Amino acid sequence: MPRWRIPLRAPVLLTAAGLLLAGCANPSTGSATDDPTKPVTITFWHGWSAEGEVKAIDDSIARFEKAHPNIKVKSVGNVSDATVNQALRAGGDEAPDVVSSFTTNNVGQYCDSGMWADLDPFMKKTGLDKKKIFPQSLLDYTSYQGNQCALPLLADAFGMYYNKDAFEKAGITHPPKTMSEFVADAKKLTVRSGNSYQRVGFMPNFRLYQNSPDRLFAQWGPTYFDKDGASRLAKDPATYQFFGTAKKLMDAQGGYNALERFRTSFGDEMSNQNAFLSGKLAMHLDGEWRGLMLNDSKAKFDWDVAPLPVPDDQPETYGRGYLTGTVAGIAHSSKHQNAAWELVKFLTTDTDQVVKFANAIHNVPSTNAALTSPKLDADPKFRTFLDIAKNKYSQVMPPSTNGGMYVVQLQDFSYTQEAGRVPDLKAGLKRLDKLIDADTLQSQN
Amino acid sequence: MAIALSRPARRRLRTLGFLSPWLIGFSVFFAYPLLATVYFSFMHYNQIKAPTFVGLRNWKYVFQDMPLFGPALWNTLWLVVIMVALRVVFGLSLGLLVTKIKTGVGFFRTAFYLPYLAPPVAATVAFVFLLNPGTGPVNEVLSKIGIDGPNWFNDPTWAKPSLVLLSLWGIGDLMVIFMAALLDVPKEQYEAADLDGAGAFAKFRYVTWPSITPIVMFAVVTGVVQTMQYYTQALVAGKIASGVSIGPGSVIQPGYPDHSTLTVPQLVYSMGFQNFNTGAACVLSLVLFAIAMAVTMLLMRKRSGLLAAED
Repeated sequence: MPRWRIPLRAPVLLTAAGLLLAGCANPSTGSATDDPTKPVTITFWHGWSAEGEVKAIDDSIARFEKAHPNIKVKSVGNVSDATVNQALRAGGDEAPDVVSSFTTNNVGQYCDSGMWADLDPFMKKTGLDKKKIFPQSLLDYTSYQGNQCALPLLADAFGMYYNKDAFEKAGITHPPKTMSEFVADAKKLTVRSGNSYQRVGFMPNFRLYQNSPDRLFAQWGPTYFDKDGASRLAKDPATYQFFGTAKKLMDAQGGYNALERFRTSFGDEMSNQNAFLSGKLAMHLDGEWRGLMLNDSKAKFDWDVAPLPVPDDQPETYGRGYLTGTVAGIAHSSKHQNAAWELVKFLTTDTDQVVKFANAIHNVPSTNAALTSPKLDADPKFRTFLDIAKNKYSQVMPPSTNGGMYVVQLQDFSYTQEAGRVPDLKAGLKRLDKLIDADTLQSQN
Repeated sequence: MAIALSRPARRRLRTLGFLSPWLIGFSVFFAYPLLATVYFSFMHYNQIKAPTFVGLRNWKYVFQDMPLFGPALWNTLWLVVIMVALRVVFGLSLGLLVTKIKTGVGFFRTAFYLPYLAPPVAATVAFVFLLNPGTGPVNEVLSKIGIDGPNWFNDPTWAKPSLVLLSLWGIGDLMVIFMAALLDVPKEQYEAADLDGAGAFAKFRYVTWPSITPIVMFAVVTGVVQTMQYYTQALVAGKIASGVSIGPGSVIQPGYPDHSTLTVPQLVYSMGFQNFNTGAACVLSLVLFAIAMAVTMLLMRKRSGLLAAED
């Protein structure tokens, strides 16, 4: 046998095997042909991990199992979106039937990729009218290009927590309503201590806890994409006003470097070392769940909640805020999709369940009926968030085919901008638009 | 029914039988992943729908529209040059030190080796805590002697040097290798050099160095390959130092601060398993592979030259 034939055969064989195996790398698909009245065990993945939250979801599942004795639910908590994303791609017997996510950022990706099943056929089959059940803004963030692959499972509204004792000490009688008042109050509330701080009025740094730039930016009501789906941040005057205000807030309180250094001394957000709870921040952007934590931790100062201020030229929008929420859906690979739908339907549309769950974990209810329920928590501080959720100017993030990649790009840009390392904001934003568009194109087939 | 095979065929089968463990390992763990990586670099594949051919689009995306590719490549190469060089110099110096000291040898060898045994994640978390600019003890001590300490892992200028410090702290592996090499240098050569009146530097240059050159090259080549794959410490340092809450729904871009700790392997993971952009992740992997191969080949040729010169 001539010697040259062996080295030729091996690579050809390996190439063929490689391409064959590469082509086979597709996860399994599920079905919606199961009978939901037959005994079955379904798996539910969710992100809740705190003791009280886990108890609340377990109680919800117990109520569901009582109403559907034939369906047993195996609940798996503390599951991140990364795990959901990877597990649903990998498939396998341990994959979940019902999935949920703490963010709306990835809904576009879940719908567009087909990872989460379209729920419209299920709603049609069971005679549910989604437009009557859910507020439109919440339906917007749970669908992508007509594919309703998720439903809202409680919502989150963002507002401003403030230290009333610090306000009184600084002679401030009411929370700021406009950005100008915001900057002035932040300055008054800031107390320096040598090179550092005893307290900062409002820390605008985008890496602080929930301060992702899209959340404060929501106060300007920006439009992220044009009708063709192209990023338009450089074209929107709101973007320049937003970054301008963030810089004013920084400068009024000592500048980025000093604030950033102070931020690195803060404790964990979810612990008693939280900077607002420990009195290091007088005003703080956060979600409605923080109130429950402040009560549980017995904050040593009097606090209250208000909507975040709005731009000076948009006073009519005061009361608005950033909205997001937990979403639930059915995994494409589930072999028990009809049984899974029963759980999704119960968790997301049953008014009594939604109210009980919202009260238990201090989240905003996500159905029209639950939002007006007399059984809802009457705490006026919590009700501020209900009002933010109902405000017509409140903003949700538009879904995108590649999930929250544009938000991550905006965050990345904002980190550089706040550090003063973007010499030309307009040119920087144009480049950011180009990058977001390139990412979108790259994610499309 | 027995099959009659010719003698050359039997020999080939026997040879293949002996080679099969390596052939299987090579095929499954190297050739197939490499071929699949090349294949996917030309495909759009989100790991859920069937791959579709997109030509050079992934390559164009990486080289034209991925702003993080440049910083990631720069950081990786910076670490390869600075970290590997300093680790070799520091490891060799420590090796020399522990072979020279007369008392407490066991204690010093153990003390210098122990940090290497610390799990990388735990060691990195401890370093970020020690070097925290606001509350860390290092800056606290520095301030007591009138020095305004840097922001370490929170400053783009200092983040990579901080990672280098961390790697020098865990130098135990190289110290042991160099110590073994140094103890292996024939004593007669030092005695001959003493008789010739050679000083300490001359003895190192003309006796020690030629004997340990292959070990130095080994340390450099393995150091380069390892640093090209630098991932865990940079990722953990960036995430912890940023102080950003990583909740169940959040995704953060690695490389804090200002992408200064972003390395190509982190970008590969981020692209492949956070963004599910398999094509771009494969392009990045191939670029990394090509650079690692080129650098290693260059060093191996240099090593051959060095050895030939010594011969």
